[in-house]
Amino acid sequence: MSATTADTAVVTSRLGVGARAWRFVKRHTLTVYAALAFIYLLLPIAVVILFSFNDPVGRFNYVWQGFTLDNWREWDAVLGLREAVTTSLQIATLSTIVATALGTLMAMAIVRHHFRGRGTTNILVFLPLATPEIVLGASLLSLFITAQVATGFGTIFVAHVMFIVSFIVVTVKARLVGFDRHLEEAAMDLGANEWTTFRKVTLPLLSPAILAGALLGFAISIDDFIITYFVAGPTQTFPVFVWGAARVAVPPQVNVIASSIFLIAVTIAVVNVIISSLRAGRQQQGA
Amino acid sequence: MASEGAGAPVADVRLEHVVKRFDDVVAVDGVSVEIPRGSFFAMLGPSGCGKTTTLRMIGGFEEPTEGRIFLGAEDVVGLPPYRRDVNTVFQSYALFPHMTIEDNVAFGLERKGVARSERAGRVAEILELVGLGGLGKRKPKQLSGGQQQRVALARALVNHPRVLLLDEPLGALDLKLRKQMQLELKRIQHEVGLTFVHVTHDQEEAMTMADRIAVMNGGRIEQLGPPQELYERPATAFVAGFLGASNLLPGTVEGPGAIRLDSGELVRADVNGRTGRVAAGVRPEKIALGAGGGANELAGTVSESAYIGVATQVVVRTKAGVMQVFAQNAGTGGHVLAPGSPVTLSWSQDATFVVDDVGGTDRDEEEVT
Ligand SMILES: Nc1ncnc2c1ncn2[C@@H]1O[C@H](COP(=O)(O)OP(=O)(O)OP(=O)(O)O)[C@@H](O)[C@H]1O
Ligand SMILES: [Mg+2]
Repeated sequence: MSATTADTAVVTSRLGVGARAWRFVKRHTLTVYAALAFIYLLLPIAVVILFSFNDPVGRFNYVWQGFTLDNWREWDAVLGLREAVTTSLQIATLSTIVATALGTLMAMAIVRHHFRGRGTTNILVFLPLATPEIVLGASLLSLFITAQVATGFGTIFVAHVMFIVSFIVVTVKARLVGFDRHLEEAAMDLGANEWTTFRKVTLPLLSPAILAGALLGFAISIDDFIITYFVAGPTQTFPVFVWGAARVAVPPQVNVIASSIFLIAVTIAVVNVIISSLRAGRQQQGA
Repeated sequence: MASEGAGAPVADVRLEHVVKRFDDVVAVDGVSVEIPRGSFFAMLGPSGCGKTTTLRMIGGFEEPTEGRIFLGAEDVVGLPPYRRDVNTVFQSYALFPHMTIEDNVAFGLERKGVARSERAGRVAEILELVGLGGLGKRKPKQLSGGQQQRVALARALVNHPRVLLLDEPLGALDLKLRKQMQLELKRIQHEVGLTFVHVTHDQEEAMTMADRIAVMNGGRIEQLGPPQELYERPATAFVAGFLGASNLLPGTVEGPGAIRLDSGELVRADVNGRTGRVAAGVRPEKIALGAGGGANELAGTVSESAYIGVATQVVVRTKAGVMQVFAQNAGTGGHVLAPGSPVTLSWSQDATFVVDDVGGTDRDEEEVT
């Protein structure tokens, strides 16, 4: 190994400057490209975080004035912000839980059972993903008005369940298609009834897909503005609140909330990586 | 239960006219069989003949379209797999990928409510038995195909079921390990006294392991009996061809002990009540080169002769058809027969079996394998 490195070094020194520059470029192009891509992706987030420490003069948080921690210390100083964030979290949590349960069962029904209307269900479930949000929002609103349902928390919840279900069904279905049915048969063969089989075998094997779908659904629920705006009535979620605020003033506390969401997400991801690498390490030892 | 004849042993597994249709495919076509307690039963047949389907109906994964299935005295049709005292070793192993080997093997015991401490002991014991001691902490993906297969075996065996169903459990093993596991399986079966139903398409495996073999073809049982009977007295041309090599000579029954071949010669054989068109069969190793081997004689010319150490393989062209002969090299010198030299073949009446005619003399060459 070391001999080869030495050889390479000798060869390199004998090469011309041009060739060496070319080699350098070849070796580092990918690194530079990746770095640029990361900067492109992360720069807007960095700006959001940076401006959460801004000390703005006036109503708009668009120009850097000076560093302060006040925005973080008094994150709910803005009237209505705390309520909006709470509502967003409540709706995202509730609708994700309901949609995950519903979507998992729907995916299993669609993949495993040949019932009448299976094809239609398949298409209907996919529709919320394929329809422009603005159309969905408008149609939902006219539906609620026609049915004389008062818009508010309940209607936002229903609308969010609708599109989260689609994400869950799509991800779980993909996993189920490659699922070895013999595994469930083996569980039953070994004395597990249907429920135990589901709990001990089916669910653990589906859980990565369910979790992925649920996280995606949760994030989109927190983020959704267009559909929510139509069906929100007097209720304000975080995006709806920001939209309303932006017309008169954008307080830096909005950046604080956005930064927090980002930091929490990153923390979860990092913890996940650490846990799974620890687990892999333990398995290596056990082997 | 009351209808069982007094004193007659209750079969552990009994199928009565079991039929299974998948839409337009008839996978199993009227199978009836009784498998006595503690026996090693093999189902042998070519790919797609319905072996796995039959096994799945016993295990409870498919319901028969027609017929009844008994485990002991109980009709189990309609019972889910977890209510049948049967365990299966699946053709594809079906190990739980998210559990360790230990947890896989302990799964059945856990369902039965065996205490954790006892569980650990029994799991370690059975893993030792299948030669996987010390690998219990691994995941199935970290094992080779053969090791996975042995885990599947251990996972079923550890439950001491009434009947163990094995769907080609040795398929992924190399020849040496395969032979070793065959003996091991036999030993385990004797030791624990379980009833084994073993599916395979390897005739040698079935012959060495089973007390009784059912040869299946096209969803039906062609013949059922101990290995020796199937080999010495095959009932159909299919069985004769599937279990080893054989020579089949078409002819017509002329009397209780005689068949007139199409080529004119008379062959002595126990026709077993058959009449009309039949084929007389004889195994290549039961034919003597030269006269004096028995009541049946055919004259022909050698067309090929190959010395293969323990025997000499000779192909002889006769008027009745092409005959294959394995002459044991018991003496010295062997049978060096030049192609083209005339030879007389002879064999005894006892060595001759009779099967239904397979239609047309052109089948002969195919049957000589
Ligand atoms: N679920 C099913 N749907 C439709 N046809 C099926 C199904 N299962 C089996 N078959 C058909 O039934 C026949 C018997 O299949 P089976 O799996 O029992 O064969 P096998 O004897 O086990 O073959 P192999 O030695 O290849 O495992 C085949 O023709 C197969 O195509
Ligand atoms: Mg099979």
